[in-house]
Amino acid sequence: MKIGLFIPCYIDQFYPQVGIATLQLLEKLGCNVSFPLNQTCCGQPMANSGFASLSKGCDKNFVANFTGFDYIVAPSGSCVLHLKEHLHDEQHPGEAEHIRKHIYELTEFLVDVLKIEKIDASFPYKVGLHNSCHGQRGLHLSSMTERMLPSFSKPEQLLSQVKGLQLSKPLRSDECCGFGGTFCVFEEAVSVKMGKDRITEHSANEVEYITGTDVSCLMHLEGILKRNGSNVKTIHIAEILNSNA
Amino acid sequence: MSKSSLSHAEAAEQFIKDEPRTDWHDETLWFVRQKRDKAAHGLPEWEQLREWASQIKNHTLSNLDNYLLEFEANANANGVTIHWAPDAADHNRIIFDLIQKNNIQKIVKSKSMLTEECGLNEFLHAKGVETIDTDLGERIVQLRYEAPSHIVLPAIHLKKQDVSDTFHEHLNTEKGNNDPQYLTEAARQHLREKFIESELAITGVNFAVAETGGFVVCTNEGNADMGAHAAKIHIACMGFEKMIPKAEHLSVFLRLLARSATGQPITTYSSHFNKPREGQEMHIVIVDNGRSRQLGRADFRNSLKCIRCAACFNTCPVYRRSGGYSYHTAVAGPIGSILNPNIDMRANADLPFASTLCGSCSNVCPVKIDIHDQLWKWRQVLVEEGYVDASKKVGLKGMAFVLARPGLYRFAGKAGRAVMRLFPWLLNNKLNPWYKQREMPAPPKQSFRDWYIKNKQQ
Repeated sequence: MKIGLFIPCYIDQFYPQVGIATLQLLEKLGCNVSFPLNQTCCGQPMANSGFASLSKGCDKNFVANFTGFDYIVAPSGSCVLHLKEHLHDEQHPGEAEHIRKHIYELTEFLVDVLKIEKIDASFPYKVGLHNSCHGQRGLHLSSMTERMLPSFSKPEQLLSQVKGLQLSKPLRSDECCGFGGTFCVFEEAVSVKMGKDRITEHSANEVEYITGTDVSCLMHLEGILKRNGSNVKTIHIAEILNSNA
Repeated sequence: MSKSSLSHAEAAEQFIKDEPRTDWHDETLWFVRQKRDKAAHGLPEWEQLREWASQIKNHTLSNLDNYLLEFEANANANGVTIHWAPDAADHNRIIFDLIQKNNIQKIVKSKSMLTEECGLNEFLHAKGVETIDTDLGERIVQLRYEAPSHIVLPAIHLKKQDVSDTFHEHLNTEKGNNDPQYLTEAARQHLREKFIESELAITGVNFAVAETGGFVVCTNEGNADMGAHAAKIHIACMGFEKMIPKAEHLSVFLRLLARSATGQPITTYSSHFNKPREGQEMHIVIVDNGRSRQLGRADFRNSLKCIRCAACFNTCPVYRRSGGYSYHTAVAGPIGSILNPNIDMRANADLPFASTLCGSCSNVCPVKIDIHDQLWKWRQVLVEEGYVDASKKVGLKGMAFVLARPGLYRFAGKAGRAVMRLFPWLLNNKLNPWYKQREMPAPPKQSFRDWYIKNKQQ
């Protein structure tokens, strides 16, 4: 099984430790992983701003980098959802379709493809889980409070296997954090207010860390936490699952 | 009227300045969302009902011309007069003509978001005709010269102190008495007089039934009934998408509507109007006002399935924190953001961007409108049609150029991180909206790719 590792652009540039944890975790679990060196971005920042027409170059580059893998895995629900819904390449439609059908967010890959039931990790801290919308409502990583369907959560299933970890959920367990891509700057006031409200609920649970499946949401929450001098830290779920603290 | 000329983002920023009030607004509407969850959980067949509702509405929209004609024929046979209004101006004119023809002075109106969309109150006011809104929330905002900030809970932006002040000023209630019971009683007495005097009752329509030519109006206060039963003329106003084929379909929609809206099993009054009583005139004004244009847009036509329950408002984390007026349209919230660009693309180009695309709206929608996908699609249309800032376009074009070229991306990333480390003030300043209330991420010396080449590619 050949796995292509997709590390979204802003993770590559600002959160290399998330990429490292994802790679080490997959290798620990016996996967044959490679990182195509000319990858950049999934194209979502343009498309979500209304400029899907401008993301063709990104699409083309993505297909060129990720053709020939059995699976493509990324530590980001949002980028994966975008690619699943919108990746197209006129010259290589078959390859693009293969990628759309075989790209996975990390936790869904661990649960659905590798069917991991035991993770050798320990993280003895109080951790709050932030459910990122695109992973949850788009990729169905967990059940949603709006829908009247049976309850499940792939991230929680994995976190429950981590030794010492005390998991808590905020009161509104699947409310958006307010990042929203370019929304975070074009609707700055609402974006920050939404983030502050998520943090208030996590803080009420006295968490030491807030984790999630999307670095973008965590980056937004981290920015607010740091500005307000909070001791609460953010950490991507891959870092916890790869941790032996 | 308190519709603002500010963009959603600007108006939202103003709204949020009063943070305790924002929290109160958010929590009040979240409470309604929770009531909706509880009511929906009570029905094992909830998801099935949504699916049926969606299919009935899709079918109706695909055969709308026939159902409208069937409705008209049956309504005519019942002695009801049907008026066709291509746009808001025609709607208003038709009503004004009826007022003049019958020499009417006293008008009561139950809640109709269509009349808000058409600006009926302002139009009649300019002609010297006063209309009394009889829905309690709508009467409160009317006394304050405001518009409804929510389609189901028109005065949800107001606290009981605000209502007390308004009633003290207009209804002569005791100053500072905030007791809801006392205030409601004052409104009841005030409105009773209006009902008794009224010569014309205007109502909305929740469902128009093609096979019977009748229609259903849902209220919790019975105000539509009191108006329609007392007045000698009843005019019901409806957008043409209110149609359903058969009366039996009400068994799907009436179960979904109130549960989605407020968490009630059913609205207190679901009144069926079929024909005028003896000596009464009954008219129905069927309005297009851009709806056939929307029906012709493949990506957006199913927004016309909407039954105006406002569940998408209550669940929307942006609406709860920005208030109805920030949407500067009669119908606010997520559904408004996909309906209003159709009415005026230029004026409402900001609305599809007033969302994080979290998808909660689509999940609560009782008729399964893919609201958040349509928000995304409207963004593409608005860019295509040139309604998005040129500066945004330049920025994203530059971004797309860099991200399509791996070498350039790596160079820009490395240079960018170096600049952030060496000259943090270049980004850490008030020109950067991220930095206003958030720290920038710490720029690492090496990217993941740098690490990978060093550690994994020997």
